[in-house]
Amino acid sequence: MSLELLLQYIVAGLTYGIIYAIVAIGFNIIYNTTGIINFAQGEFVMLGGMIAVSFNAFLPLPLAILGAVIITMITGALMDIIFIRWLRSPSVLRMIIITIGLSILIREVALHIWGESVRALPYFTGNEITSLSFGGVRVSPQVLWTVGVCSVMVAGLSLFFRYTMVGRKMRATSDNRNAALLCGISTGNMVTLSFVLSAGIGAVAGCVVSPITYTQYNIGTGLAIKGFTVAILGGLGSSVGAVVGGLILGILESFSIWVLPAAYKDAIAIAILLLILFLKPSGLFGKSDVMALKEF
Amino acid sequence: MRVFRVILLSILVLAFLVSPALAGDTIKVGAILAVTGPASFLGSPEAKTLQMLAEEVNAKGGIHGKKIELIIKDSGANPEKAISFAKQLIEEEKVFAIIGPSTSGETMKIKNIAEKGRTILLSCAAAEVIVNPVAKYVFKTPQKDSFAVRKIYEQMKKMGIKKIGVVVGNTGFGKAGKKQLEKIAPEYGIKILISEVYDKKATDLTALVTKLKAKNVEAVVNWSIVPAQSIVAKNMKQIGLNVPLFQSHGFGNIKYVKAAGAAAEGIIFPAGRLLVADVLPDSNPQKKVLLKYKNDYESRYKEAVSTFGGHAYDAFMILVRAIKEAGLDKEKVRDAIENMKGFVGTGGIFNFSPTDHNGLDMDSFAMLTVKNGKFTLLEE
Amino acid sequence: MRRNVAGYLPVGLLAILVFILQVVLKTSGKEYFLTQITMSVYYSILIVGLCILMGYAGQISLGHAGFFAMGGYITAVLTTFNLLPYADLPVMKIMDMLGMFSRWQDLYGTDIMSVRPIYAGIFAVLFTIVAAYLIGIPVLKLKGHYLAMATLGFGIIIYRVVLGTPLFGEADGISDVPPFGIIGPLRVSGDMSERVMNYYIAWGLLLIGVLFLINLVNSRVGRALRAIHGAEDAANAMGVDTSGYKLRTFILSAVYAAVAGVFLTHYNGGIGPSEASVMKSVRYVAIVAIGGMANIWGALVMGLGLNFLSLRGYFGSYDDAVFGGILIVIMLFAPEGPLRREFFSRIMGLVRGEKEARG
Repeated sequence: MSLELLLQYIVAGLTYGIIYAIVAIGFNIIYNTTGIINFAQGEFVMLGGMIAVSFNAFLPLPLAILGAVIITMITGALMDIIFIRWLRSPSVLRMIIITIGLSILIREVALHIWGESVRALPYFTGNEITSLSFGGVRVSPQVLWTVGVCSVMVAGLSLFFRYTMVGRKMRATSDNRNAALLCGISTGNMVTLSFVLSAGIGAVAGCVVSPITYTQYNIGTGLAIKGFTVAILGGLGSSVGAVVGGLILGILESFSIWVLPAAYKDAIAIAILLLILFLKPSGLFGKSDVMALKEF
Repeated sequence: MRVFRVILLSILVLAFLVSPALAGDTIKVGAILAVTGPASFLGSPEAKTLQMLAEEVNAKGGIHGKKIELIIKDSGANPEKAISFAKQLIEEEKVFAIIGPSTSGETMKIKNIAEKGRTILLSCAAAEVIVNPVAKYVFKTPQKDSFAVRKIYEQMKKMGIKKIGVVVGNTGFGKAGKKQLEKIAPEYGIKILISEVYDKKATDLTALVTKLKAKNVEAVVNWSIVPAQSIVAKNMKQIGLNVPLFQSHGFGNIKYVKAAGAAAEGIIFPAGRLLVADVLPDSNPQKKVLLKYKNDYESRYKEAVSTFGGHAYDAFMILVRAIKEAGLDKEKVRDAIENMKGFVGTGGIFNFSPTDHNGLDMDSFAMLTVKNGKFTLLEE
Repeated sequence: MRRNVAGYLPVGLLAILVFILQVVLKTSGKEYFLTQITMSVYYSILIVGLCILMGYAGQISLGHAGFFAMGGYITAVLTTFNLLPYADLPVMKIMDMLGMFSRWQDLYGTDIMSVRPIYAGIFAVLFTIVAAYLIGIPVLKLKGHYLAMATLGFGIIIYRVVLGTPLFGEADGISDVPPFGIIGPLRVSGDMSERVMNYYIAWGLLLIGVLFLINLVNSRVGRALRAIHGAEDAANAMGVDTSGYKLRTFILSAVYAAVAGVFLTHYNGGIGPSEASVMKSVRYVAIVAIGGMANIWGALVMGLGLNFLSLRGYFGSYDDAVFGGILIVIMLFAPEGPLRREFFSRIMGLVRGEKEARG
């Protein structure tokens, strides 16, 4: 394999890896504040892309994306307020089933609104056949957009959690909900906020990646499974872990094509998921110490 | 206490089951289509086409004074549902004929049910096994995969292409195409250097086309009916794999061209003439039929017509013509279909016979290409 | 002893109802309903099995469609794979003499020699037991979300395997599966003339399955399972072999799924990859949840009702949406299942405007 080809595979893996990482971070934000894995996480990505495409019919691209992100955030908030907030200490099993039900519902609503056809936003710069050449490696400008926007988001999030008041309150809620409540933090609102945040970053990712991968009503489930794999791989709750895990999975998938038939590409994620679950459920970066796990 | 509730519920169910059915003086035509689910891009235009045609026929007073009663069942591409619906339509609704299913897998599951139930089945699925071996009551309207493959290889021969790469989606359509591509290639002196299957839900195939590039193929054939067709085209251009891209007749949907944008330019694929109805010469016998269907469909549903809907059009119109010719006797209608000659449909000109329940020949395909975001005939 | 007798009473009542239903449908000329009822009954076998695992042992499985498909596909392959070209191999001759093969002709006159369905079915179930054992050991060490995801992963792998393997027909699945002769004239087939018989075969199988489960629930094992569900660590400390019980329940529920798969595949005369899909697994979990988790009768009624309606096509294009919707409503308002009085009073409460307490 030539160096050029090697780099081409890495670029392909990178694009995907960063999207997986965003979905995984979405999982983590909600998991940290509530202890719930939101199985409808992938649907946020789908909603972001779909709504933006609809808005783009009559709005300029930046406004369309902004609108889509805001609507998805509202959806996230409603999800918590209507379905989750008022439940008194629900069992894990019940929460799994409710979020699965929500993911089915969102998907079906999307199917009946937008139909089965695939949609995509236009390329932010250039078009379908534009590509930049870096020493023989050809990269679509949209790949740079995706990687760039997602990196900025990840960085922004960690700053938000570290330095802003709201971010700190959310961390406090995730560290110890009762203690946070006693300190006068409205933990209920923090939970809603975590849904809003995770819906928002999912929607942004859905927008920037849609020119490359298209969006369709049923892309959510696949993304959720990959995202969860990444979240576990990196250690549930750790955002650094999510980024590293995402890149590992993306690049592994991309290289798997070189040695395995392409039909088995999706099996890589599942194999990694099962291996990690069986061998080291705390993930690569997670420690068995629960508090360390929950530190964002 | 729970026992009583169960009994109460059961009584309700019983009451519901024995409610009287309405009998009507109509010709019942059943349709099992994948309106939702993974094959909805087939089933959805098929269902819309059937609804439109049934209304049209009924507005004209029906056939032999009887209206057509269309019963569309959405199988979501689940074979077990197709089986349940087929039995329901045959035994309970006692339909005159069944149109569909949309996918080959479902059709094969109900082929025997239709045969035993002596009910005409006009499948909208492509696989050759549907009509080979020939079952007395089973017909299909889409063109055979092998014709599409031969058309492509003929074109390659003209262009001097000898070494190709094949990529297919993991659907029944892709599976059947791969088999034919590999089988027929030696006849045309074409060598398949690499043959790959990708997931039908794949959203990025850069790594796959990179693999093709490494093999130095002279052309790529992609065989699928899923959105990934546009992705192959885009990814090839993005990594600079600038060889001709051939697609299957599954590319016959303008949505895929739009999705691929500039990357769709120059794609070559075989398809029925529906997509290029406007640019056909007036002497073409299909032109009138094609234009009417296209205009009717597009003005009613505000979306571009696709060849898949055309398969349902052909199935329905063949049935209508056979009923007009042979009357309301199922057996006679079946015979009429089997002996039908020169039926001008969207997929081509059908000439059925007792050994050929598809009725189309290789000429039913034309080679098309994409120019300025539109389908057009490939200049020879 | 008295409690046990009372426990069996509903089974007897159900058997009578089954008979009445058939008579009513026959006299009203609607016998064709039996087709979808029979199919729903087979799905319900899987569902009551899953009910024991989820409701009593408290272990979720999002991969049960995988076991169903395992049973169905193995028997489908064995009974349709034409062994005639290999008939002269010594091994084949010995097996043939033991009566393991059957010879038949398909509708188009091709001669076929394949494994006798009864042996194929038994092999499929045995295979599933081994598979469930091997999967169960690592998977059942996990809890909560991890368990859900691991079983989901297992289900996806099975789906990928059937979709990617030419032997399993890839996307087309397997058709022309022959009828399954059980004993004497009893045989599982989708033929119209044998519809009534198949209705009773399916119910017979389901009732035996339910009886066995009721017995199990009221036994020492059932108490152990409930202890595991309530507090696994405490049960362990009390000397209950928790991992052993969990594993055996997992295998038992896998067997129920595989048996359902085997019978339904012969009844339908084919199987396709959609039977192994994630959505199917989710549906089964949904039905158990809707039925009230630890409630075999609830699961049974819901399994019959919802599958029947779905197979009749009453939900049209809203099939999955209906399942999702019911699932959420039940899980929010009646996690114990709707077949209880509290549910109705709670709904009435909502109607009257009483506010749900906030947590």
